[in-house]
Amino acid sequence: MNDAHIQVRNLNVAYSQNPALKNINLDIPREQIVVIVGPSGCGKTTLLKSFNRFLELVDGAHVSGQVLLDGVNIYDPAVDVTEIRKRVGLLAQRPYPLPMSIYDNVAYGLRIHGIKTKLDMDAVVQHYLEVAGLWDEVKDRLHTPATRLSVGQQQRLCLARGLAVEPEVLLGDEPASALDPISARHIEQRLLELKQNYTIVLVTHILRQAKRLADYVIFMYLGELVECGPAHEVFEHPKEALTRAYLAGAF
Amino acid sequence: MKRRHIEESIFKALMIGSSGLVVGSLGLILLTVIAKGAPALNLAMFTQTPKGGYYLGKEGGILNAIVGSLYLAGGGTALALLLSLPITLYLGSYVRRRSRWAPIVRLALDVLWGIPSIVYGAFGFTIMAALSIRASLLGGILVLALLELPIMTRAMDEVIRMMPSELEQAALALGATRLETTLHIVTRQTLPGLTTAILLAFGRGIGDAASVLFTAGYTDRIPTSLFQPAASLPLAVFFQLGTPFPEVQQRGYAAALILTVLILLVSLGSRWLSARLGRYAIR
Repeated sequence: MNDAHIQVRNLNVAYSQNPALKNINLDIPREQIVVIVGPSGCGKTTLLKSFNRFLELVDGAHVSGQVLLDGVNIYDPAVDVTEIRKRVGLLAQRPYPLPMSIYDNVAYGLRIHGIKTKLDMDAVVQHYLEVAGLWDEVKDRLHTPATRLSVGQQQRLCLARGLAVEPEVLLGDEPASALDPISARHIEQRLLELKQNYTIVLVTHILRQAKRLADYVIFMYLGELVECGPAHEVFEHPKEALTRAYLAGAF
Repeated sequence: MKRRHIEESIFKALMIGSSGLVVGSLGLILLTVIAKGAPALNLAMFTQTPKGGYYLGKEGGILNAIVGSLYLAGGGTALALLLSLPITLYLGSYVRRRSRWAPIVRLALDVLWGIPSIVYGAFGFTIMAALSIRASLLGGILVLALLELPIMTRAMDEVIRMMPSELEQAALALGATRLETTLHIVTRQTLPGLTTAILLAFGRGIGDAASVLFTAGYTDRIPTSLFQPAASLPLAVFFQLGTPFPEVQQRGYAAALILTVLILLVSLGSRWLSARLGRYAIR
């Protein structure tokens, strides 16, 4: 069996004629933390959003090529987009809890995917709040509005919410960038634990964070994939001059 | 330097003056209506229909107009909501922001908003005449729905456009469909604003005289079917103030007072309700 969880083949993305990704070919290894780095506007987030078909929400975005999830092209018209998004979760840059209670935030995804019994629900909600490292802080106020939590707690709630629908892949769009240092460390810690069971793809522009987390690195520049490979290789022996320049802080 | 300070105080005075004028006129209107209407207010006004005709009668109450107005505005608002909500949700979450269709719909709504209510009344009257339907509760409800629709829709539209798109994306990222996102997340997040929009439209509908003049008619009785004419508070004010008898005129002011208090209650109610419904909203 191929060890690549996601395979990108000849992916091109343009925003109203302006190319954002140029002919990307890439294999995302299974159950590792893959970090996409590169300067602003290089297409990191675009690449990330191509993995859960979020580019469809962007006006004027045009996608061609293939993204294969376990060998199945997610852009195939026969594929159900909600099924893809259930399998590929997203942790956004800033936490946006749903306008409901803490409990319901975690339960929402389960409800729309058809899990209904109360007993299961309670156990599942508790489990994922524990996984996200939030349970002890919220167990006495599960039914209060999620907005009462701090931003750092909200991001962990969003993590629990995303995990509750049992995805295989977790995308993170600079998920710690809006958080204070302690909360950011908290999220990083969770991600390191989660890579046992999930394929994690992160976008970051913080090189130090990338070095802390990455098993596999993708370096992008101006919409092109410059270099990718295991983290220690890319960070310590970059092959491309552009990568060396970026790692040296030239951008 | 001195000149700039003078400028500052002139404009400050202007701003405070204008704001004061608004509050002042509300106070003055309330005072007038209370001073003129309160003496004629008694329990019978709320519990009885007019005795001796609405135009000349000095006895009985205006229950016909109170109930008629609630029927008319309630029905009109419900009907308007039935159309308004789908339009709003369609504009807000289904149509892409760059679509050419959405601005056309919004322009149509803005123009409809600007059309005077007497024109709606005349329009309704023409259609009813062509179909040989007489002035009735149903006619009034239909025309009020038409009158309220643009107000409600545009108010709701603005509320939904204020919503951060990331919130919608949060639900979509979990694998929710567009409809689920719209019904569970968008409506819940914007519920306080939507409620305000509904009550705003209700307030406009219940206070409007011109649109129901030809279409709902006027009667001393409380309508028991959609095909009977219905009285309304604005017309109760209009007819009773038009009589030469001071006692009846005073009853007109009493009707105006009741109408004003009703609208005030709706206004305060909407504030209270949106504060309550906003408990879970993301700010």
